[in-house]
Amino acid sequence: MNKLELISALKTEANISKAEAAQVVQMFFDSMTDTMAHGERVEIRGLCSFFVKEYKSYTGRNPKTGDRVTIKPKKLPFFKSGKELKERVDY
Amino acid sequence: MALTKNDIVEKIHELGFTKKKSVDIIESLLELIKNVLEKGDDVLISGFGKFCVKNKKKRRGRNPATGSDLMLRKRKVVTFKCSGKLRNKINNRI
Repeated sequence: MNKLELISALKTEANISKAEAAQVVQMFFDSMTDTMAHGERVEIRGLCSFFVKEYKSYTGRNPKTGDRVTIKPKKLPFFKSGKELKERVDY
Repeated sequence: MALTKNDIVEKIHELGFTKKKSVDIIESLLELIKNVLEKGDDVLISGFGKFCVKNKKKRRGRNPATGSDLMLRKRKVVTFKCSGKLRNKINNRI
């Protein structure tokens, strides 16, 4: 399912207009993005949580050519599935 | 401060919905996402990332606390693949 399909489904499910559903969905993901851009945690009970992990600079290799490359320090979001989601997805 | 469901409800409320309706909307949205993943489908949000369901085979594992061998059964887990856009925003490279 992609974002457009999610918006359509939310429109029907929550009985709101398509424009409203689009606003809500966009706001939901934008809020999470902004929070993580500030280095803060996201915690949506039952669905998932995210935190930003900081990686120091390290020397890696280009897997194709084998060349050494210096990887600059970076931050990446770390996803953790919520308890309810985890249980529902599993067998 | 972590972003929670309550903060999202507050933001939906600011869009002009009643408090009660805002709670309904976010619950519907979360339920929809969980339902799709439960069925084994992926949720792809452009500009944010992709929530994928992965099948894990059963494998021999270890209890890290006691070191004893155990068998991990085959299972399904949700993984998240961050989009390039999200990664750039987190690293403040817009």
